[in-house]
Order: sequence, then C-alpha cells, then structure tokens
Amino acid sequence: MPVMDSSNTDLRIRTSMPAFASPVDIHQAPRALIEIENLDFHYGPHKVLHEISLQIPERQVTAFIGPSGCGKSTLLRCLNRMNDLIDGARVGAGRISIRGIDIHRSDVDVIELRKRLGMVFQKSNPFPKSIYENVAYGLRIQGVRDRSRLDEAVERSLQGAGLWDEVKDRLHTSGLGLSGGQQQRLCIARTIAVEPEIILMDEPCSALDPIATAKIEELIKELRSKFTIVIVTHNMQQAARCSDLTAFFYLGRLVEFSPTRTIFMNPVNPQTEAYVSGRFG
Amino acid sequence: MKRFFDAELENFRSLLLLMGEKATRQVHDAMQALALADVGLADRVIAADDELDLLEMKIDDEAVRYMSLRAPVASELRLVIVGMKASHDLERVGDEATSIAKRVIRLAAEPPLKPLVDLPLMVTVALEMLGDALDCFTHDNSEKALSVCHRDAAVDQLNRQLFRDLTGLMIENPGSISRALELTFISKSMERIADHATNIAEEMIYLTKGRDVRHSSEVKKARSAVVP
Repeated sequence: MPVMDSSNTDLRIRTSMPAFASPVDIHQAPRALIEIENLDFHYGPHKVLHEISLQIPERQVTAFIGPSGCGKSTLLRCLNRMNDLIDGARVGAGRISIRGIDIHRSDVDVIELRKRLGMVFQKSNPFPKSIYENVAYGLRIQGVRDRSRLDEAVERSLQGAGLWDEVKDRLHTSGLGLSGGQQQRLCIARTIAVEPEIILMDEPCSALDPIATAKIEELIKELRSKFTIVIVTHNMQQAARCSDLTAFFYLGRLVEFSPTRTIFMNPVNPQTEAYVSGRFG
Repeated sequence: MKRFFDAELENFRSLLLLMGEKATRQVHDAMQALALADVGLADRVIAADDELDLLEMKIDDEAVRYMSLRAPVASELRLVIVGMKASHDLERVGDEATSIAKRVIRLAAEPPLKPLVDLPLMVTVALEMLGDALDCFTHDNSEKALSVCHRDAAVDQLNRQLFRDLTGLMIENPGSISRALELTFISKSMERIADHATNIAEEMIYLTKGRDVRHSSEVKKARSAVVP
C-alpha cells in the first residue's frame, strides 16, 4: 500500500507541538492527520453514527467522550476498520482519510492500515508468551529475524512504555505474570514496537487502579511527542488531564469538538456542559 | 438529571447571597448611623462584622470541600471560584462599613460639620452597584454586571468632589480639620465599596460568560470614564 507509506515525506505534515494539554486552536491547526467527513455508520439496519465530521491533528491527544452507546468506540474502530470484522457493519456515507488517503479505497491494504494505527483495548490482552516475545511479536510477523534488532526494539518499546526498569531482569518470564497495569503497559509496548503513526486507545485504564492509571496517563503524555493518540474514555478527569482536544458524542452525533480546555471550562453546547458536569449520561 | 449533591451548590449560592445581604446592610446601617449620629447603631455595625468574617471562612470551606469532593467543571467550577473571590470582596465591604462606623462614633462627639449631600448620593450609587452585582448570582445578566463597572466612575468623581470640598473647608477653618478628615476617609471608604462592587461585577461576567474582563480595555475605559 504505497500511498499509505508513512515514510512518504511529501504526505507528512509537521505540526507545531505546544506544551502538553495546552489550549489548541483547532481552527488554526495545520491540516489534520485524520479527517472524518459526514460519516454515517450502520450496524445492520441501525444507523449508529450520524454525519460525523471531525479533524484529528497530528501528535495531539484527542479524547472521545460521551455516555454508553453514543458511538465513540464505534467511531474509534472505524479509524482502523476494525468494524469490518463485524457482520452487517458498514459505512453508509461519508469518508475517513488519513493523510488525505481515503481508508476505504479499494487499493488500501487493511493489514497495512492497522499497522499504522496501533490499538490498546479496555482489558489488557498480552499473549501467553514471555514479555520479550509479546513485544517482539509484531516485528517477527513482519519478518524481522535479526536478534540484535529485535533486542533493541524490545528495549526501546519497553522503555517507551515505561516498563523497562520493572521487567528488564525477567524478560523471558510470562507476560501474564505481570500486574494489570503492567500488562496494559506491555500491550502499549507491543503496539509501539511496530512504530505505528497513530495509537487508538479504547478505555485503556477502566480496569486499572489509580496508581496504574496515573502511570498510563503519564505515558500518554510522553507518547504524544511521537504518536497521534485517540482515546475513548468514560473518565471525565482523564480526558481533562490527558487530552488536547475533546469530542463529545451523544446518540451517535458529534455534539461538540473543541480544545479540552474549552470543553471543561466553558463549553459552547449546554448538552456538553450537562454531561461533563455529570448531570446526564 | 438531578444529582444528589445539587443542593450543596444551591446552599453555596445561598450563603453568598446571605453574605451579600449582610454586607449591604452593614454599609446601609453605618451610613444611617452617620446621618443620625447614632452611636448605638454604629456599635452594632462594628459588632456584626464578625458574622461576615465567619461567612467568608464558611464559604471558602464549602468551596474547597465542593472542589475536592465533587470535581466541578465549566460553569459550576466558575461559580465556586467566583464565590470565593466575591466573598473576599464582601468581607472587605464589611471592613469598610466597620471603619465608617468607628469614624461615626468619633464624629458623634462633635457638632456636625456640614449638611451631608454628596455622601448620601455616593451611598445610593455604591449600594445599587453592590445590589446589581450580587443580583447576577441569581439572574445571569452580564449586561447588568457591565453597567456596574460603568457606574464606578461616578462614585470616583463624587469622592474627588467631596475631597475638594472638604479640603476647602479645612483651609477655611482649621478647627474643622479632624471632622473633615473623618468625612474624607468615610468618602474614601464608599469609593472602595464601589470598587469591591465592581470587582464582584467583573467576576459575575466571568461566571456568566467565561470571559475574564479584569484589566480589559473595555472595563478600564468604563471605570475611568469622566462622568458629566
């Protein structure tokens, strides 16, 4: 899929990198990395996303918030076409582009697309393999055999996921022996080992205690300098702490998309205010 | 959807309105004591200042508790922050009323210096400003809050006018100096009360609009406008 090659510098957009969680003027931001235009999405006969238009800038953290069933996870899974795996799920109208390339184009290789968009799930899902093999797995299936290259990638990825110091002496023990928070960071290490451009996180901390949550949030802050992150969360304070931009969804519609600071300090839409204040949802 | 702690926020709002009512009453009574040379009333104003001090602490305590336990955002967060700041201004209004009451007691021991004309006018304008600023706590009205800022210049001008008149009196009659100085300070207290009302009004604009107008050219212009 040459058109999606991230090494194509002509397609690469450099954005300025303001301080973490600093206000961002989305109207002045450079062209978005991910562009969603008038997207309708259906599960069988049910339309679950209605005319979603959203521009997600590069190397920023964008949070999707909204009550259960509002469509935020569905939209997240549209970005890497995970919904293709569900019978009857289909895009009804609109398009999603990454670096200007429509991801539903017939010549787009879905496997390649998913390499570009790593995903971290609600429940950590390490493979029943060693810590080392969990991280090296993606590279191995890409055909990397060189031991020193694998060693270097495993260490770099575990460092990047803030896990190296905790596991460097037991790399060859099972990943399933780690705590919940460590397992989630192992999954993040596995994700970043294949150097995706975008990381999708679907409620990555919902099963974690506050200390493990704080470590993941700190990690999100660090990953932001290298990756574009889209995170679905039910935790309002997490969205406030971690994200630069926040999109609020309700009943399958995008209600408001603004800098996080605006959403939590002075939202434009009364529905957004009611939701972030806990008055509904 | 009603939340189980919504009543706490209403209680917070009520505390602030109660404090505003008491502060306004203090200023009114202090000036009434001046007009009637009523030392007893002045004593009661001084004694009642403790209530405002306690209310300020209570409001701070409630605000910190609400922020810690309820994690407010958006307009709720602004309400709590504005509440804390406004209660500080109201406490200072109470201090000014106490200061006036103490001067009333000293003035009552001497014959009146001159008929009070400008001071009652200042009181009327300043108390209206305070009332209008506090009214925004119950009715979101940023226009009214901005009009409070506009009226500050009128009180400043009355203060300057009174200062000139009293200085003239002191030059003409050195025997009037102590009484004229007391009245000068009372006038200054009224001017400060109008400033506190303006501060509260600016906070109210932040509360209703989420816009910080302090030190903005819009408000600076309004506060320094020359009143014909």
